[in-house]
Amino acid sequence: MIKVQNLTKSFGPKKAVDDASFEVGKGEVLGFLGPNGAGKSTTMRMITGFIPPTAGKVSVCGFDIIDNPLEAKRRIGYLPEAAPSYQEMSVIAFLNFTAEIRGLRGDGLRRGVGRAIEACSLQSVLNQSIETLSKGFRHRTCLAQSIVHDPEVLILDEPTDGLDPNQKHEIRSLIKQMGASKAIIFSTHILEEVEAACTRAIIIDRGRIVANGTPDELKARADNAGAVSMVLSGPTSETINGKICLMDTVRKSEVLESQPPHTLVRVYPDKSATDGFALAGALAELAVREGWKIEQLQTEEGKLDDVFRSITLPDTHIENKKAA
Amino acid sequence: MANWSVINTIAKRELAAYFQSPVAYVFLVVFLLLAGFFTFSLGGFFELGEASLNAFFNWVPWLFLFLVPAVGMRLWSEERRQGTMELLLTLPVATWQAIVGKFLASWLFLAIALALTFPLVITVNWLGDPDNGVILAGYVGSFLLAGSFLSVASLTSALTRNQVIAFILALVLCLLLILVGFAPVTSLLARWAAPWVVQGVADFSVLTHFDGFQKGVLDSRDLIFFFSIMAFALFTTGVVIRSHRAG
Repeated sequence: MIKVQNLTKSFGPKKAVDDASFEVGKGEVLGFLGPNGAGKSTTMRMITGFIPPTAGKVSVCGFDIIDNPLEAKRRIGYLPEAAPSYQEMSVIAFLNFTAEIRGLRGDGLRRGVGRAIEACSLQSVLNQSIETLSKGFRHRTCLAQSIVHDPEVLILDEPTDGLDPNQKHEIRSLIKQMGASKAIIFSTHILEEVEAACTRAIIIDRGRIVANGTPDELKARADNAGAVSMVLSGPTSETINGKICLMDTVRKSEVLESQPPHTLVRVYPDKSATDGFALAGALAELAVREGWKIEQLQTEEGKLDDVFRSITLPDTHIENKKAA
Repeated sequence: MANWSVINTIAKRELAAYFQSPVAYVFLVVFLLLAGFFTFSLGGFFELGEASLNAFFNWVPWLFLFLVPAVGMRLWSEERRQGTMELLLTLPVATWQAIVGKFLASWLFLAIALALTFPLVITVNWLGDPDNGVILAGYVGSFLLAGSFLSVASLTSALTRNQVIAFILALVLCLLLILVGFAPVTSLLARWAAPWVVQGVADFSVLTHFDGFQKGVLDSRDLIFFFSIMAFALFTTGVVIRSHRAG
């Protein structure tokens, strides 16, 4: 329902977004990851029609955001980055205003606003003016604004920013629940959020999309994805390491900790191996054959954190060096 | 039709926003106090010995010079400062609808302020037998003058997120619109410029065009003048907003 083709935005000589292309279909929740200033907000602003792209196309539900902005915008709910709202208005007046602009009237308006209030738990502050609210409530008020018209497409720029852990959890489950019937893009710094709520994730770094896949696919790109770590007791760590390295499905093995008689090793599978289970089995067999005692055995799945760091960090270092 | 309902919604919100802040009431009180002071004290309402509101209307351009930019300065700068511009312009709203909606709300607010000077009309009717048609024309002129200054303030407030800067810029531009037709200035100009130059320059002044209304004459040229200023300034507001977004 969202189609982004070769989207580019330059501010002067700097390319904030560089040739980004992706699609989001109904029932998909796309997580937008990237360091600060990577171009996440700029991309979202272009999708929602706030700023025009330098090049490329965005279409929402088949409507081009440049050629047919009103039709496209009608189908979008948008939570901008700092969750802005008219401070002097009461929560209910603000929600009624946005619903009215979206063409809701009478019963439809009451239903839409009521649903948004409930989804964002705003019942207790309806008649308070927004400037008197806590950050969490303000954020949720702006989020409620984005769903009053039950849009087909939701664009949320850091929807959980500034919320406490309970509120974060609520918003995350709300996103997940809405994701079943909508196309959602949300940006975040919090990687566990991606795992909790997204069906797919895109990592964007300095304007370029550097990774695009399901959270599991991305995790598989981590260096330690599929590795097996185990605690053995028996011979010295050198012996153990030596034997393990002889196995043909092993790429590399390292001793992480050695406190005789215990040894903690992490074993990385050969690139051909798809999961850690086969390796774990082989290692268990080896241990039994050698008479080592297995205290602990664990297959690791990669962490998004590591993937994120490995993708977005190295070049930054290079750039820092250049700058220095 | 849908166009106007969006404009209507935006204007309603904007007008409500005025009355939700104490600034609106302060403005109304200051405006009415100054209007009274200028009319009766500086304008010499009683000394004139005329059954007219000329003592009031003579001061309207100068009063508006300060007060209209004060009303209009927050129109767009506040949206930019609070970040609500991003919200407003990603709703299904065309930029021109937002500009017109916000402008109409402020204009209506100024109309309310003007309407609250009705005790002047009552006073002059009680004391004498004025030509109420002329008074009405004066009010129409004042309303159009307010709209013109307001459209200038809308433009300057789109230029900056700082309300004070927006206010000062609007004030300077409005002052220019007054001065080019202000008698002391035109007589100074007449000393070394050809009469047609003086007239040409004075034609750009709101004073020149406001004059007719004060005399009770509704000239289509004056109407066109005021509406052209508004159309031009609001159109330019749109250009400024678009260029901000283009980055």
